[in-house]
Amino acid sequence: MTGFLSVIRRDLRLAFAGGGDVLTLLLFFIIVGAIVPFAVGPDQELLSRIAPGVVWIAAFLSMLLGLDRLFRPDLEDGTLALYRLADLPLSAVIAAKVIVQWLTSALPLIVASPFLAVILTMDLDTFWRTVLSLLLGTPALAAFGAFGAAVTVAIRRGGLLAPILIAPLCVPILIFGIGVIAPLGGPGQGTAAMLFLAALSLMALALTPFAAALAIAWGRSRAPP
Amino acid sequence: MGRGETILARGLALDVAGGSGLLLRGPNGSGKSTLLLTLAGLLAPVEGTVTIEGHDPDDGPALHYCGHRNAVRARITVRQTLDFWAALNGHTGLGADAALERVGLGKTAKLDAGYLSAGQQRRLVLARLLVSRRPLWFLDEPSAALDADGRVLLAELLSAHLAEGGLAVIATHDDIAVSALTTLQLGAAP
Repeated sequence: MTGFLSVIRRDLRLAFAGGGDVLTLLLFFIIVGAIVPFAVGPDQELLSRIAPGVVWIAAFLSMLLGLDRLFRPDLEDGTLALYRLADLPLSAVIAAKVIVQWLTSALPLIVASPFLAVILTMDLDTFWRTVLSLLLGTPALAAFGAFGAAVTVAIRRGGLLAPILIAPLCVPILIFGIGVIAPLGGPGQGTAAMLFLAALSLMALALTPFAAALAIAWGRSRAPP
Repeated sequence: MGRGETILARGLALDVAGGSGLLLRGPNGSGKSTLLLTLAGLLAPVEGTVTIEGHDPDDGPALHYCGHRNAVRARITVRQTLDFWAALNGHTGLGADAALERVGLGKTAKLDAGYLSAGQQRRLVLARLLVSRRPLWFLDEPSAALDADGRVLLAELLSAHLAEGGLAVIATHDDIAVSALTTLQLGAAP
């Protein structure tokens, strides 16, 4: 357990001591949301109708962009070899990294989402639903992302490969995430979408660390270091 | 043994007993590092097996591997780096302060590890071997970048480790002043 916590502490320290990474993703999130009104024109009604989707796509893209820093720096400085020989199982290390990934790349976006809500003229009810769906859905995005990063870490310059690989897997998260905000169909659909989204996140958090650990151990033991 | 499609050595059989060390020597590119990685289980052997006898797998990994890269990251202090390694591998050896003192980094404990010179980083890696006790040490050019004092320190640490019944496999070009070392000479790459 101390090993698990120390991985979290170290990665949080690295993420915030540098400062740059977290802020860059946050600005990217805001910029993606902010250019939409310029692209679709100043139609307020249209903007507030598509606002939840815009917020989700902005969050989706900025979370995928941050994937490369998950394992690559550790691979390059030799820490990944250390993790593979640690007392702490590799899957636990990855679970810790997923938690840090969520804290540094999803939580800041959720905190900043009021900015986008104002820019996109969201009403208050929709805004709260958006925050709720982001809270429920982003853990799954972080977990799937860690899996993608683990699969592609063996590939040199595989930086943008993980997002491409992972994007199709994340479509259900997007569908149910939007379903929570703008329920289609009859009453109760919003709740159902919410439950599905929560289930997706729990499943992804529970299973992807093992899959990612397998991908790293297998990939690294066959590739030149 | 090899990497990817390249086979570096065939028909290699070696046996190292506790309390003794093995020096791997050979020209650049002859496969010293690859052999170390294979022995450490970080690289799958093309054919054959590596067996560690007399170790209960439930006790966790039996070995320390120190590669070319030091796993030292800037923006974390020296002491925090060592604490992190100790937490990861278990506090089974010296305390962090004592280990830093032993490798001559006692005064730099609060310094950002990114400011350490290459030799000091190497000393920090040696401290990692001390904070978590493991019977097998696999060291890849441990004396690279170390000064004369550092080499003496390395030899002392290795002698103490072997005297306790530990085992070491070291890939190096330098002379390491430790008795109970045998040498395996690897030929040039085919």
